[in-house]
Amino acid sequence: MAIIVQRPKLKWWEQLYLPALVSGMRVTLGHLVATLTRKTKVTMQYPEEKWDANLPDHYRGAPALVTDEHGRERCVACQLCEFICPPRAITIKPEEIPSDDKWAKVEKRPRAFEIDMIRCIYCGLCEEVCPEQAIYLRKDYAITGTSRAEMVHDKERLYEIGGVRTGLVNKWNDLK
Amino acid sequence: MSEVKPDLVDVQIDGVWHQFPKGTRLIEACRQAGVEVPHYCYHPKLTSPGNCRMCLVETGMPPRPAPGAESPQPDESGHLPISWIPRPVIACANTVAPNMGVRTTGPITEGCREGVMELLLANHPLDCPICDQAGECSLQEYSVEHGKGESRFREQKVKKPKNVDVGPRVRLDDERCIMCSRCIRFTDEIADDPVLGFTDRGSHTVLTVYPGRELANNYSLNTVDICPVGALTSNDFRFQMRVWFMRQTDTIDVNCATGCNVTVFSRQNKIYRVVPRQNNDVNSDWMPDSHRLSFHWIDSDARLTEPMVKENGKHRVATWGEAIAKTVEKLTSLSGSEIAVIASARMTNEELLMVNRLVKQLGAGHVEIVPRMGEADGYLISADRNPNTNGVKLILGLEKPGSALERVKSGIEQGRIKALLCLQENLVEDGGFSGELLGKLDFLLATHPHANPTTGIADVVLPGACWAEKSGTMINVTGRLQRLNKAVDAPGETLESWEIVRDLIQALGGGNGIYSAMDLFKQLAAEVPEFKGLSWGQIGDLGLPLIETGETIPALEREKERKAAGLIVG
Repeated sequence: MAIIVQRPKLKWWEQLYLPALVSGMRVTLGHLVATLTRKTKVTMQYPEEKWDANLPDHYRGAPALVTDEHGRERCVACQLCEFICPPRAITIKPEEIPSDDKWAKVEKRPRAFEIDMIRCIYCGLCEEVCPEQAIYLRKDYAITGTSRAEMVHDKERLYEIGGVRTGLVNKWNDLK
Repeated sequence: MSEVKPDLVDVQIDGVWHQFPKGTRLIEACRQAGVEVPHYCYHPKLTSPGNCRMCLVETGMPPRPAPGAESPQPDESGHLPISWIPRPVIACANTVAPNMGVRTTGPITEGCREGVMELLLANHPLDCPICDQAGECSLQEYSVEHGKGESRFREQKVKKPKNVDVGPRVRLDDERCIMCSRCIRFTDEIADDPVLGFTDRGSHTVLTVYPGRELANNYSLNTVDICPVGALTSNDFRFQMRVWFMRQTDTIDVNCATGCNVTVFSRQNKIYRVVPRQNNDVNSDWMPDSHRLSFHWIDSDARLTEPMVKENGKHRVATWGEAIAKTVEKLTSLSGSEIAVIASARMTNEELLMVNRLVKQLGAGHVEIVPRMGEADGYLISADRNPNTNGVKLILGLEKPGSALERVKSGIEQGRIKALLCLQENLVEDGGFSGELLGKLDFLLATHPHANPTTGIADVVLPGACWAEKSGTMINVTGRLQRLNKAVDAPGETLESWEIVRDLIQALGGGNGIYSAMDLFKQLAAEVPEFKGLSWGQIGDLGLPLIETGETIPALEREKERKAAGLIVG
């Protein structure tokens, strides 16, 4: 249903626009003066200054792999993140855990786990889909490199960013 | 509907009346009526022990009146009313009866399925992220359809052996096993190697291999295929690739003349596994392990990727044009009787048609293939290890393929044969030609997927595609025409054999205008009488009988007997 909006009827001095112009300029000039006299500060001097402390809890930065309090790498190379990843940034090569390993019971782990940070769009679907609570988006956002190869995070780098995460569901303990 | 034929019975499935032959199992009747009854232990090629209880359905029969009471009267359609039986029955082992009613939905059937699922899942480990079966697991699928989504089981789960080696190619995880006994029945009934069984009956029942024995027969990997869960997994495929990533291509096996129907699973041009595909006229549901694992050969380091020509005793990489020109230059300088062509019975019919044209174009004096005879295993492996010997007979017109190989050898020995075109064969290792003998030739052209002793001697080496990289048709031991479909791209500059031969013919001044194996099949249908009137699409995924050879496949004959005896559905 259409709504007819009534145009306001302007007085003769309003039709000149001059009062509105003057009041607008007063605001603009006020800001100019405040900035020139350094009363307001609008630019953050990145990278000398950073906003890291103010990042919200739900901030989505670089995805990374985590280990748990027992030192176990949580990823079991199920490749669901590789499957769900919209820009296909993730490549996983699984392997079998040797029988003499402490975590042989888990049977499977990634031999190689690579995330191409040029492709990553920080959507967080990998974290959402992970059935093992192994991949999390951290608050790292300044991912830089001098070559394409450097922008591919390998398994070692991913564990370095991810670090240890405690208090997760522990389904591979003795009671399963 | 009231005119019931003597061997058909009227059965009502979910409110609709159908007719089925007497003796049809309820589960098959439902399937034919378009209703899938969930099941684990039932397999049409195996006996039905009825132990998983997943296929319980509600049935009913006409009421039987008490003595003196009035008999029930048929309705307008001629069917008696059905009085439903409160106790459900298993659909896999019960057969249809006249005027029977079946309900595959409703509170009784659905309640039973939910109950069975809950009990199966009570002890099932949360292994799905590492389980190779995930994505093609019946337990996963039925959990979605009939599961509760959560567990009421608060006690400790039963512990059973995990990661058990039961044989050289099969791994067992007893915690995942749902005790359907398909594998036990397969090894007993089909493979005649009954090494599996259940022990510790009760909640601790485990599938195990008999002491001192192992699941090592050449059909052991079929147990992995029929396992509805991830209890039995293949050592070869273990943790290699998740099933949902892979592309499936229906094609045929080329390791023997049986031509087992297979599905090739590949991802990013790499083959990860080959599994049998059902074809009741060729391989039933099975295939031998030796053939299934032979695909690893494709990816070897010896793979040829570029054409090469020999100069001053050393091979150097050349372009296709260069290699073909060099070959043609040599061939045109010789008379036809000095040229021999050794084709391969591993080639498709289309490729053989091109070889035949090349032979005619050159007027070559000799054309032969390398025979590969072994021993039949009495199941699916044929004595003839070449997949398309029948195609060679039909298209190249050789009556006894391989019989003239000795004549070619003596021809080279005596210097009558100066040039040899070896297409997709390894003469040194498979054909019994010595390197010394081949060295006597003025010119040797070899095409093959891999570098081998023959290509080492050859003056011109051309990379030819292997079976998974080409499309075409082959004729199996029973005379069945079957389609080979391309699953992966050939590496580098590799071409299919028909393309190589086409280029040769063209360079020799012959005709062209062929751009696909389908084009060639059309010409095959026009030129070879046995193929008359056939089209590529007509062959279908399961092939069709083309010629009579009088040969049979032993495993299929036994299956027919078991079906006739009523042991299996077939």
